[in-house]
Amino acid sequence: MEEDVLIKVEGVSKKFCRDLKTSLRYGMADVRDEVLGRPRTMELRPKEFWAINGIDFQVRRGECLGLIGHNGAGKTTLLKTLNGLIKPDAGRIEIHGQVGALIALGAGFNPILTARENIYINASVLGLSKKRVDERIDEIIAFAEIEDFIDMPVQHFSSGMTVRLGFAVAAILIEPDILFLDEVLAVGDINFTVKCLNRVRELMRTSAVVFVSHNMPLITSFCTRVMVMDHGRCVLDTEEIGVAVNHYFGLAKNSVQISGSGDASVLDLHLSANGVALENDTPTILQEQELTATVRIRIEKEQLGEMSITVADATLTALLVIPVVDENGTPISLGPGEHELQIPLGPVELNAGLYSFVIAVRNASTKVNLCRHQGVHPFRVHADRVHWAKFVRTGVTTVKELERTTVK
Amino acid sequence: MSDPMSGSGPLTQKKPMAVTVYTPASALRDPGLMLRSMFADLRASRELAWRLAQRDIKAQYRQSLLGYLWAFIMPLSTTLAWVYLNSSGIVKVTSTGMPYPIYVLTGTMLWQMFTEALQTPLGQLSASKNLLAKLKFPREALILSGIIKWSFNAGVKMLIIIPALFILGGSPDIHILLVPIILLAILLIGTAIGLFIAPIGLLYTDVGRLIPVVLQFAMYVTPVVFAMPADGFAAKLFRINFMTPVIVNGRAWLVGMEGSMLQEMALICAAASVLLFLGWVLFRTTMSVLIERMSA
Repeated sequence: MEEDVLIKVEGVSKKFCRDLKTSLRYGMADVRDEVLGRPRTMELRPKEFWAINGIDFQVRRGECLGLIGHNGAGKTTLLKTLNGLIKPDAGRIEIHGQVGALIALGAGFNPILTARENIYINASVLGLSKKRVDERIDEIIAFAEIEDFIDMPVQHFSSGMTVRLGFAVAAILIEPDILFLDEVLAVGDINFTVKCLNRVRELMRTSAVVFVSHNMPLITSFCTRVMVMDHGRCVLDTEEIGVAVNHYFGLAKNSVQISGSGDASVLDLHLSANGVALENDTPTILQEQELTATVRIRIEKEQLGEMSITVADATLTALLVIPVVDENGTPISLGPGEHELQIPLGPVELNAGLYSFVIAVRNASTKVNLCRHQGVHPFRVHADRVHWAKFVRTGVTTVKELERTTVK
Repeated sequence: MSDPMSGSGPLTQKKPMAVTVYTPASALRDPGLMLRSMFADLRASRELAWRLAQRDIKAQYRQSLLGYLWAFIMPLSTTLAWVYLNSSGIVKVTSTGMPYPIYVLTGTMLWQMFTEALQTPLGQLSASKNLLAKLKFPREALILSGIIKWSFNAGVKMLIIIPALFILGGSPDIHILLVPIILLAILLIGTAIGLFIAPIGLLYTDVGRLIPVVLQFAMYVTPVVFAMPADGFAAKLFRINFMTPVIVNGRAWLVGMEGSMLQEMALICAAASVLLFLGWVLFRTTMSVLIERMSA
C-alpha cells in the first residue's frame, strides 16, 4: 500500500512574523539567503512565531483528511505549503500526482469579459487546456445554471452566480490525484450547495483529499480522518471523527454577548441533568438525559417583561426554543424585581457538539428588547457516535423490519 | 458508475505519476533540476500567458472609446510639448540632423517602449498578487503574458508611427525592416532590468514609485528629446548610457538612415541576455519567499 500514499508530510514547520515592517525586512533577508543558497535556520527571529510546527501525516488515495481548528490555527498555511505556494522552513513534503485545488474560485476572472471568455481564462489559470474546456463547456454552463447569461459580462452577475461559475469551472474540469479544499463548499443557494457536495464526493473517490472547514457536519460526513490544529501544532490526529470534533469544540473560548436596552439582565443560569446539578463551567451532558435550567433574571423599572430561552449551536444558530409559559400556555409576565424560574428543557436529543443558550427578555406590550444574552452557559453533548444532523433520536424509537427479500 | 465525470480519464491514468518534493533548501542547490524545471515551466506557461494577455488586451480596449489610439497619445503629447518648447525658444536644442518633430516623436516613442518593458514584470506581478498567493501555476506565465502585451502595444505603435512619419515630412525606407531588431533589444533590456527590480518591488512599494522618477532623469541623458552633446560632462553621460545606441539606431532606421554604434548595441544585447537569464533565476528562487510576505 506504500505506493498509494499520495501526500507525505514529515515534520513540516513554517514561521510567520507578527509585524509587517519586520516581516518585509525578513523577506529581504530571506531573498538574500535564498539567492546565496544558505539553509534556513530553525531559530525564531524577534516577533516571529511558528504558524505551523512539526506537522506529520500521510494521506492515501481514497482518504480524506479533515483539518479543523480555530482561526489562526495554521490550517490555511499548511494547505498553502502543501500546494507549494510557500516553502516550509523545516521538514519535507512529498506530493505524488496531479494536484487540484478548490480554492480561490473564479481566479483570474475579469469583470468586463463575458462568462464564456472567463471560463477559458479561469481554466488556464488552473492549468487546464482550451481543448479540455471545449469538450466540457456545455457541462460547465449547465452545472453553473447560467445558460441565459453565458455571453454577459461577469460584472453584471450576482455574487452567487459568479461563485457558481467559478466552482463549476474547477469542479468539472479537474481530474486530480490530490484534492485541496478550503471552505469553498457552502457556495450559492442550498440546491447548488448539494450539487457541489455531490461533485466533491465524486472527486474524492479517486483522490487523496485534504479538507479545511469549520463546518463540522461536513467534516463528519466527508472525512475519513481528522487532524485538530491549535497554534500551529497538531493536537489530535484520529480516525474517530466524533472525538476530534468534540476536541475541537473543547478548544473554543466561549464569550457571552449582551445586547438590548439594559432594562433587564440575566443574573444566573444553572443546569441540572436527571436532577443532578452540574457545577462545571462547560459541563458535559449525555444524550437522552433530562435537562433543566434554573434562570435568575432581574427587571428594572415599572414594566412587564416576557422571556424566551433558546438552545444554539457553536455557530450561534438557534436550534430549539422553549417557550416560557404557564400551564395554560400563556407567556409568563415578569414584573420589576428579581425572578427565579425553573425551566424543564426535556431530553437531550442534540448531536454531539458544543451548545449554549440565548436568553432574551422583552417588554410584554412594546416588544422592545430589554436584554439579549448570547452564548450563556455553554455545555457539551457527548455521544459515542457523531451523526450528520443537528438532532439525534435514540432510545425512544425501535425500528421494526416488516418484510425482507433477499437479492442475489 | 456511468457518470462520465467520475474517475480520472484514460489520459491521466496512463501518465506516470509526477512526484513533487518541497523542502526548505534553496532551489539553487540543484542547478540541473532547476534549469530543467525552468524550461518545463516556461513551456507549460505558454497557453496561460497567451490567455492572460488576451484577457487584458480585450478588457482594456472593450472599455475604451479611443482604443488603440491611446498607444499613440502619450508620445504625441510629449512631442507637441517639446516642439513648442523648441520653437518658442524656451529650450534651445542643438541641431538634430532631421526635422525636430520627427526627432522627438521617434525618440519618445522608443523611450516609452523601454519604460513600459522595464515596468512590465513588476506591474504584472503586483496585479496578480491575489492569484500568486492562492494558486499554483507556472509563474513564468505572468512575465510571458506581460511580454505578449508589450509586443502587441509595440505593434500598434509601429502601425501608427509609420504614417505619422510621412505626414511630418520624413522618408522612411527599406531600413524600417531593421526596426524589429531594435524592438527586440528594447524588450530584452527592459525585461532583464525589470526582472531584477520586481522581487524587491513586490516587497516594498517604494520601488514602484521610484522607477518613474529614475526613468525621468534617465531620459534626459539619452538622446530622446535632445541631440547627443558633442563634449563635456553630459556627453560622457550620454556615452556610458546603454540605451543611447538602441535609441540612436532605432531612430535612424525609422527615418531611413544608416545605423551607427552597432557593435556597442550588440554588446549591450549580449549583456542583457545574460542579465535576463540571471533575472529569471532570481525571480524563480525568490518567488515563494515573496509570496509568504504578501497579504492576500
